[in-house]
Amino acid sequence: MKKNRAVTNTRISTDILLLIIYVIMCLIIFALTIITSGQNKFLTPNNITNVIRQTSINGVIAIGMTVVVITGGIDLSVGSVVGLSGVLVAKFMAQSNMGILPAILVAALVSTLIGVLNGIIIFDGKVPAFIATLGMMTAVRGLIMLVTSARMVSGLPRAFTDFAQATFLGLPALFYIWLIIMLVTAFILKYTTFGRHLYAIGSNIESARLSGINVRLTTYGAYIYCSFLCAIAGIMMASRLGNGVPTGGQGYETDAIASAVIGGASLSGAEGTVLGTVIGALIMQTFRNGGNLLRINPHLMEIVIGLLIIGAVLIDKRTKK
Amino acid sequence: MAANELLRMENISKTFPGVKALDKVHFSLNSGEIHALIGENGAGKSTLIKILTGAYQMDPGGEIFISGKKVEINNPQDSKLNQIGVVYQDVMVAPHLSLGENFFLGKLPKKNGLVDWNLIYSKTTEILSMVDINIDPKTRVKDLPVAIQEMVSIAKIIYDKANIVIFDEPTALLTNEETDRLFEIIKDLKDRGCGIIYISHRLDEIFQICDKVTVLKDGQYIDTVSISEIDENKLVSMMVGRELVDMYNIEHNVSDEIVLDVKNLSSKGKFSDINFTLYKGEVLGFYGLVGSGRTEIMRVLFGADKCDNGEIFVNEKASSCKHPKDAMKKGFAFLTEDRKAQGLAMNLPVDFNVNMASLNLISKAGVLNPKTEQARSNHYCDQLKIVTPSIFQTVKNLSGGNQQKVVISKWLASKSEIFIFDEPTVGVDVGAKREIYLIIEDLIKNGASVILISSYLPEVMGLSDRIVVMYEGKISGIVNRNEFDVDGSMNENLLVSLASGIDTRIAEKRN
Repeated sequence: MKKNRAVTNTRISTDILLLIIYVIMCLIIFALTIITSGQNKFLTPNNITNVIRQTSINGVIAIGMTVVVITGGIDLSVGSVVGLSGVLVAKFMAQSNMGILPAILVAALVSTLIGVLNGIIIFDGKVPAFIATLGMMTAVRGLIMLVTSARMVSGLPRAFTDFAQATFLGLPALFYIWLIIMLVTAFILKYTTFGRHLYAIGSNIESARLSGINVRLTTYGAYIYCSFLCAIAGIMMASRLGNGVPTGGQGYETDAIASAVIGGASLSGAEGTVLGTVIGALIMQTFRNGGNLLRINPHLMEIVIGLLIIGAVLIDKRTKK
Repeated sequence: MAANELLRMENISKTFPGVKALDKVHFSLNSGEIHALIGENGAGKSTLIKILTGAYQMDPGGEIFISGKKVEINNPQDSKLNQIGVVYQDVMVAPHLSLGENFFLGKLPKKNGLVDWNLIYSKTTEILSMVDINIDPKTRVKDLPVAIQEMVSIAKIIYDKANIVIFDEPTALLTNEETDRLFEIIKDLKDRGCGIIYISHRLDEIFQICDKVTVLKDGQYIDTVSISEIDENKLVSMMVGRELVDMYNIEHNVSDEIVLDVKNLSSKGKFSDINFTLYKGEVLGFYGLVGSGRTEIMRVLFGADKCDNGEIFVNEKASSCKHPKDAMKKGFAFLTEDRKAQGLAMNLPVDFNVNMASLNLISKAGVLNPKTEQARSNHYCDQLKIVTPSIFQTVKNLSGGNQQKVVISKWLASKSEIFIFDEPTVGVDVGAKREIYLIIEDLIKNGASVILISSYLPEVMGLSDRIVVMYEGKISGIVNRNEFDVDGSMNENLLVSLASGIDTRIAEKRN
């Protein structure tokens, strides 16, 4: 054909490019902190641990979002599912006298059911994902307020709340959960038929159907997996906050979508990787952290982050033509 | 040049990646003339029209003259400015808006800075009366029957004072009475001095209303003749042309083992009473006009659509497929006509597409080995001579022929036995066509069976062992090879007459 340049796996090179951008960004922030304060506040073990801990929970949600976005869908209910699972796990432990492990399992199971509902409403009800999950977002938040009477659930066992503060080999325990989810999800996307089918329906749902792919189960699977990851994120959050917080997770959907999009996922489907999203989430969090260290007005930072999201997509469109 | 010449197109060429759609074609149109533009699917009619309407840009070197003056048509606005109007099958731009809004779309009249609805509606009523239509201009366009929509768009063209009016298959969706009405309007336009370009597959219509006919074939200009100087047979042979028999020469391998038996298949509004059998190693052609129900039958066989009644037997076992994956288990492969929308994941690599339909064959408990996927992709790229820089190239960057080969690979990889090819060579250049025919030869040699839907006569006659001819949702005849291939010379007239409903035997049967 006309193009003779060696075409290798273009996705990997995009992710490497992102990584380079991230490293450059870190270096700039590092340089700026040195110049303005005369001392290294950014690249300290303490601050790095801090950024990673802060990113872990959002990072897990963003990976769930990526899986849905790859199918060409979207899940706006992620924040509410995070909140639900956080509140449920707290209630089970503090008020129902359940053990830590059973409480986690039941809370995760119940919250994951939201994904089942999303899948059914979207595939069988043919409701656009945006609307279906928008409704679900509101409804689940209402459910949280109902079961908690909008009050914080406290009195969680120490063993549970200590986990979020713990470190292992110098890194926060929460990070390891995120890491496991990264690896498992990357494996699913690359090495399983389910993962391939996600991309196939995101690229062209009719071609996928006519290739014998079970579009229904794949769609269910995407939303269930996303809700499952949100349930885990909710439990991580409960551990970190030491309470079940009814407003927990509110607004998290925007961060999750932004991370995926900065990481190269396309809302029209079939594009997105775990590595890209992870870097996307890190970029957002590091940016906020850097702004904080540099004493930049946080409201200004939000403006810049908003523009960053738009810019990322603009550049992506330009380079891909 | 004639004094009343409205339009002259000279040396028009159009190249798409891998295909030359038009090659130095010329065309001229006089005022007060109804000029038919005909040719097989893929002959270049639509491309020529799209250049005229500004949807495509021609290759450098071509010239367009309107009333003797050279013009540039770079976009649809230029085309409108030159008083060119088109009536498409699906006519209006914004189906959710009212008739009135559609008329004035992009130039809504204003009074005091606000939209002047009174003017819009009164004007629309006036325009509609020109074609004897009495409809509330507030009606939403999508709530109107197709015939009315078509009349409305003609009214709009009259209102826009178009001099050159193009009709693209205008009767495809109309009933007989509606067609008669349309013809009256077209003749009225002619009397007003407009020039009319009329595109249709229905030859009887062309003899009914046209004055002249220009024939295109494979992107080449063949001839322009007066309708009075020609008959249907001659026109067909101009369209079909003399073909290199070699191109379609494949080795046939029919056995007497029935692999597929279809009985009384019907689907309301699409097709009815479909009966046919497919033998192992056979190439069974399906010929008919676009919209005669061929693709719809195949979609039912493949489980992509439901049917109302009928039975399907695969290898003598009753089979009803509710989902394409059921059909695939029975060995069906469906190579859809619209590769981009239904066959491929265009923005994903070759590698992905080749394996897309058969991941279960190479996975263990749902887990894949990318090495196996890549090995298979490389294997098929070699076997089918797919031209691509690598298996990681995105499919949308390949030529039509290579895209089609990727689709074929997908089905070869899933170990199919009954291959349904729907217009396999549309948008594919000549060299790749021959390769696709050789792949079909290879398939039947290895015991697979092929259903070949094609609107291109030389192809369907050259390759098929038998041909099922369809007309308006019914089988109008099943023709054996010895009936259309008489001592090596092809007798297309029987097929064409069966397919266009002018064969008398069929008329008797239907009454």
